[in-house]
Amino acid sequence: MTLLEVENVVKQYVGHRALDGVSLTVEENTVYGLLGPNGAGKTTLIRIINCITAPDSGEVRLNGKRMTPADVQQIGYLPEERGLYKKMKVGEQVLYLAQLRGMTKSDAQKALKYWFEKFEIEAWWNKKVEELSKGMAQKVQFITTVLHQPKLLIFDEPFSGFDPVNTDIMKREILELRDKGATIIFSTHNMETVEDLCENISLVNQSRIVLQGNVSEIRASHATNTFVVGSRSAINGGDIKLISEKEKNGIFETILQKDPSETNNALLKKLIDCTEVLSFEELLPSMNDIFIKTVTEKNP
Amino acid sequence: MSKINLIIKREYTTRVMKKSFILLTFLTPVLFAGMIALIVWLGGIKDDKVKSIAVLDRTHLYTHVLKSNDAYSFVFVDAPLEKLKKENAESNQFAGLLYIDADLKDNPRAVTFYSEKQVNMELKTYITGLLNKYVEEQKLAAYNIPHLKEMVEKSHTNIDLKTIKWGEDGKEKVGSAEVALIIGMITAFIIYMFIVIYGAQVMTGVVQEKTNRIVEVMISSVKPVELMMGKIIGIAMVGLTQFLMWVILTGIIAAAVGSVFGSGSLDVNSLQQMQQVGVHPAANVAMPSQMQTLLVALNGLNYFEIIGLFIVYFLGGYLLYASLFAAVGSAVDNETDTQQFSLPIMLPIIFAIYAGIFAAQNPDGPLAFWCSMIPFTSPIVMMVRLPFDVPVWQIILSLTILILSFIGTTWMAGKIYRTGILMYGKKITWTEMWKWLKY
Repeated sequence: MTLLEVENVVKQYVGHRALDGVSLTVEENTVYGLLGPNGAGKTTLIRIINCITAPDSGEVRLNGKRMTPADVQQIGYLPEERGLYKKMKVGEQVLYLAQLRGMTKSDAQKALKYWFEKFEIEAWWNKKVEELSKGMAQKVQFITTVLHQPKLLIFDEPFSGFDPVNTDIMKREILELRDKGATIIFSTHNMETVEDLCENISLVNQSRIVLQGNVSEIRASHATNTFVVGSRSAINGGDIKLISEKEKNGIFETILQKDPSETNNALLKKLIDCTEVLSFEELLPSMNDIFIKTVTEKNP
Repeated sequence: MSKINLIIKREYTTRVMKKSFILLTFLTPVLFAGMIALIVWLGGIKDDKVKSIAVLDRTHLYTHVLKSNDAYSFVFVDAPLEKLKKENAESNQFAGLLYIDADLKDNPRAVTFYSEKQVNMELKTYITGLLNKYVEEQKLAAYNIPHLKEMVEKSHTNIDLKTIKWGEDGKEKVGSAEVALIIGMITAFIIYMFIVIYGAQVMTGVVQEKTNRIVEVMISSVKPVELMMGKIIGIAMVGLTQFLMWVILTGIIAAAVGSVFGSGSLDVNSLQQMQQVGVHPAANVAMPSQMQTLLVALNGLNYFEIIGLFIVYFLGGYLLYASLFAAVGSAVDNETDTQQFSLPIMLPIIFAIYAGIFAAQNPDGPLAFWCSMIPFTSPIVMMVRLPFDVPVWQIILSLTILILSFIGTTWMAGKIYRTGILMYGKKITWTEMWKWLKY
């Protein structure tokens, strides 16, 4: 079921067009990646979805209905540039933000207890925000975003400022939220997390969407017909095109190029004929490669 | 609880709980009272060291005139002037040397005072007072008219012009221009101070929220206008709290001082001190009646009207300026950039306080009238004029203009704020802000 639809959104600022006919569809209960270089228009799009700014034309629909500012209550938004009142205590601050998001004080306290225990940060309750490190503050902000159990979560660069351990915790939390029924949109530069988390993505460049779709399909369609083969001996079959070869502990790892007209099985047969094949895997381009390729191609 | 109430509550409690606020609120009236007490006390201290003044009187006419008192003793000497000066420069025996070389009746300038340090007013008035009185008597005696002295003394009068204002109902009110002036200036100055201090707080608050990127987090759950108004109203309540605390604390301190010294004796004490300082005999006679008019005039002022209108004008002026300060705060990236944009806002406030000072001299003049209508100056100038009894229609007109203007500026500020708080890293110009208004 479709949760969010953005249709043909245009946003013009003085002197430049931030979004030019952007459309995307987010299915319920999925993680959707919004990619793009800095200044591509991601934040503007997120702000439009959050009703912070209005589009010049086009519309945003939630559950099939045109979004109104009242619907924003159903969204949890963690902006890229996020701050907290430095002089306020952590507990007071999250309670305040939760109440602003429409929760009652007692509901907020209950939910906060759950999250603070989950992250094992009960001791922070009476600390002032200025005493927290960046990563700690990020956790607090994450909690304030998800606390009111919104249907749609929008994270703008959620992992910046986290160390690898905490990044991993956050990834798990995001997937858990999805499993519990939330729909998540997140924008990031970190392509690895995109491969790990996202079902679908949109790549925004220069105010337009230049690439959109399912992550595995995109990767497959960008396949360059290269394969990596593990074998007992070096491959030197007649018409097999080798790209590189290396040997480690008697196992040869060879990267080879397949003729696009050839099937995978035909290639495999040729390999079996000349060596004992231990592994055979297609080398799909990483999202990182696709990102760089797409962006630089359109932006020579 | 609605969102704007939450914001107001946060702005209010975080500020009121601050140590600096509590300290300032409680200490200011105490400091103020302490300052007044210090002045009164210092004025009351008598110099217990008797200063001796050498008198070189070539005429020998004034030996009985120059009477020593608690502070000064006159020692009559007879030696050449130069020698005396030289001797005293070494020994420092005398605080000064009074030299009379002719009959003052014929030549009033024939008296000179020599001293190492600048002679103080008290001594100067004391000596001239004594000599004047004596010479006057001598001159009168020279007319050879019996009982002339008594006649002249009886004819001494001191006119005290009582000023009584007509009320609408024909009832008379005793007024005093001085009291009106002081009350007007104090209230005007407090409004000026509150607008500047709390207006600036609104601005720095907005800048901080913007530079700390808190707005980004807030803006998805509250409307920018709510955020701005919540801050402005919250801080207004902080200002009102402080003002009311000052009124209450001043009242408590006044009552405490009154009960310690006994309300009657305080007045008498201060009167006596005034008499001691001002030696001129004619002034003494006038003192009690002046004090009386002062007290009557203080009672004659309509405090409820003044305090009530103070609050209304404070709120109006504050809202007008605070919204502009908020707009400026939202447009800039850091606090140092605020100066360039806050100057045009500060200028009318500073102009208003000067206009207020001029208005005090002519509270019904055209400058006073127009400045109490223009919303940017009216909160301050009208406070100066209020104790001088401003016609009701003028108050209503000025308030209407003020209210309409702050609705206008708040609306404008809201538009600028909405765009400004999410705009980073851009050098903002006036033309840019003008464009935001039209978004």
